[in-house]
Amino acid sequence: MTSLQRILLTTVALFAAASAANAQLAIKGETICTMAGPPIKDGVILTDGAKITQVGPAASVAIPAGVKTLSAKVVTPGLIDAHSVVGLSGYLNQDQDQDQLDKSDPMQPELRAIDSYNAQERLIEWVRDFGITTLHTGHAPGALISGQTMIVKTTGNTIDDAVIKPVAMVAATLGEGAEVHGKDAEKKSPGTRSKAVAMLRAQLIKAQEYQRKQSVADESKRPDRDLRQETMVRILKGELPLLITAQRAIDIMSALRLAKEFDIKIVLDGGAESYLLIDQIKAAKIPVIIHPTMTRSGPGETENLSMETAATLVKAGIPVALQSGFESYVPKTRVALFEAAVAASNGLTFDQALATITIDAAKILGIADRVGSLEVGKDADLALFDGDPFEYTTHCTGVIINGKIVSEKPH
Amino acid sequence: MRKLFLALSLVIATAANAQESPLAFVGAKIIPIVGDPIDNGAIVVQNGKILAVGPVDSTTIPADAKRVDAKDKVIMPGIVDTHSHIGGGWGADGSSPIQPDVRVMDSINARDPGFTRARAGGLTTLNVMPGSGHLLGGQTIYLKLRNGNTIDDIAIRDDQGNILGGMKMANGTNSQRDPPFPGTRSKSAALIREKFVKAQEYRRKIEQAKGDATKLPDRDLELEGILEVLDGKRIVHHHTHRADDILTVIRLSKEFHFRVVLHHASEAWKIADEIAKSGVPCSIILVDSPGGKLEAKDLLMQTGAVLEKAGVLTAFHTDDWITDSRLFLRSPALAVRAGMSREKALYAMTMAGAKMIDLDKRIGSLEPGKDADFIVLSGDPLSVYTKVLETWVEGAKVFDRSDPKDHLYAVGGYGAGKDQVMHLCCEEGAEGR
Repeated sequence: MTSLQRILLTTVALFAAASAANAQLAIKGETICTMAGPPIKDGVILTDGAKITQVGPAASVAIPAGVKTLSAKVVTPGLIDAHSVVGLSGYLNQDQDQDQLDKSDPMQPELRAIDSYNAQERLIEWVRDFGITTLHTGHAPGALISGQTMIVKTTGNTIDDAVIKPVAMVAATLGEGAEVHGKDAEKKSPGTRSKAVAMLRAQLIKAQEYQRKQSVADESKRPDRDLRQETMVRILKGELPLLITAQRAIDIMSALRLAKEFDIKIVLDGGAESYLLIDQIKAAKIPVIIHPTMTRSGPGETENLSMETAATLVKAGIPVALQSGFESYVPKTRVALFEAAVAASNGLTFDQALATITIDAAKILGIADRVGSLEVGKDADLALFDGDPFEYTTHCTGVIINGKIVSEKPH
Repeated sequence: MRKLFLALSLVIATAANAQESPLAFVGAKIIPIVGDPIDNGAIVVQNGKILAVGPVDSTTIPADAKRVDAKDKVIMPGIVDTHSHIGGGWGADGSSPIQPDVRVMDSINARDPGFTRARAGGLTTLNVMPGSGHLLGGQTIYLKLRNGNTIDDIAIRDDQGNILGGMKMANGTNSQRDPPFPGTRSKSAALIREKFVKAQEYRRKIEQAKGDATKLPDRDLELEGILEVLDGKRIVHHHTHRADDILTVIRLSKEFHFRVVLHHASEAWKIADEIAKSGVPCSIILVDSPGGKLEAKDLLMQTGAVLEKAGVLTAFHTDDWITDSRLFLRSPALAVRAGMSREKALYAMTMAGAKMIDLDKRIGSLEPGKDADFIVLSGDPLSVYTKVLETWVEGAKVFDRSDPKDHLYAVGGYGAGKDQVMHLCCEEGAEGR
């Protein structure tokens, strides 16, 4: 190949790439919920194929000639499910598609979510068709430390296409969910709440020791690499939050105590009884990813949950996001949109409820620079509806991710 | 003595339900289910029954009636749930796959908070069933969610005082396991056929005895249960998901002429015409997503619409705790989202279910003479923002959202998981708890 040919080819390739990326889109909405200010009536959003380039009233945003234009009654940012296991916990619910929990060891922070994510999983498309464009997914509750979580877009053929944050948090569980049950329960740990907390503390202290030894000047005296401790050190450094699933007040208090002792960032998950500890959670400045609004109440540690928890916490000024959570049977996943809908019907305003699955979720997950609101420069992730998104009878009529239309059939 | 006691109980029950004067809800939008919705309607109830329903202008409201202003409210029949597991009741145990002698009523906790949550969801009639881990898991029970502390308080009886219920059956994977349970679908069907043939033989022997007690076969509780099915006294409520399993149920029902309702029927949409042709009704469930088990992998939100189009009598159920009774009205709403008509979707929550448990003469619609089971809603039954404000069973209010105690069960909160003691006898607020 001559150098001229090479240049020509490169140019063609570059041009092709550029034009694919620049497939502009215009989206007209009778109401555009930007989540970055009041809703825009009769608005327009322009994208350059990946990012949002303009947002405003139709009068002030000119749609260039020939640009594909979609219309909807209501346009929202692509929805964010703040905590899910979709992609790891497959819809068939057979051994071969359940990769959200390995119980060989009660604490396995080194398990990466990216190594279990099946981008072809049907439930990804299922939730996407209802407007979910971003998932915080990964290892499930059910072990003291079950593994890592990550953040993906609900698109792409591979994990590499989908992922936007390969390691988001480390998932931990306190309370009944972390305890060993069954016939061998008496011989295995943790068997009690106190033991669970003792084990977590011991692990964090071990990581502190590892961190100290790794930082000695003489490299030859540093310990061998240890994947588990490396992950825990990232928690100690504040790079990764510990996502602690805790339903009962007693377990939430343990989570707060741990956060204080080790000065680590935590995010509370579940929080069925969090409404009993408003002052404590607020003082600790800890966000809560509340259990799905429709989680079955008890018997067990969720027996006291309330559909009004989101409203109670939001009113107190605690950062709140909603989630689809983890389902072990039928249905295999919930849909965060419906969870926010029930929260909107139980004390949250429309805007507050929408925030729990858009901008507020993005802030808690640390991705608000990219998603969660419709603003210039952010990812062109949008959900289109033919009415109030929270009404069961409304359809999601279109979904756009990274400026590409991924669904146009009403759902 | 026993008769006297029964008579006394009936008197007490009637007294508890009696209204001193008729009660009239005036000005509501009334969805009677049978007949068109009435925009400015009135409903009059007395002594546990509906006296009149119609437009305010043309409905006679007795002079002594207590009038309730129901402007801006929506009133529809109490919701019928054809498939529930509230009360923690288990039917059959692990000893064998077919246990028609076992009654779920013997293991239901009538104080389970789930019943209160169901009242909060607007449910007034339930078919509480044993689980689906058996080919035949036992007798189901039809319940009215009256204020009651015992299973007898909430059981539904016929005119002779018999407690009513159906028979739970299942096929597919749930009921397959190690022997004596079946290992295949063919074995499942064979075991059922064998048992039903035995019951037919049992019946033949009873008939041959022609009333001669010395020639009667010994009583057999299991076969008696099956005979009630063969005689049409007990409707079979059949858990079934896959299209081939559904067809097997239909095949068996034709062979033995038993009345059956297909429950869940996840793949009914694949064989809607065949189901329609068989005349067998479907009680379906709508959940947030497909899967969770292999047989539910093709579950669709569109099933209600497809069955409606095919002309199949269709109801919804909660399968509580698979779905929460408080949110049961999501089911018709999601079905409408997927193409079902509003009329049929609401019919599926009421009349259709009533038919499937043989109680359509008593419940399922707002018509004079029927039980005064109705709910008062804050708006459109299919809107997420609508609340069930009040639930009435046989003319008695069993749920009132404005009462903080009831509100707790409606939305959850501290203590909502605890058993509840209903107050039967006492004035409001007089119960000692």
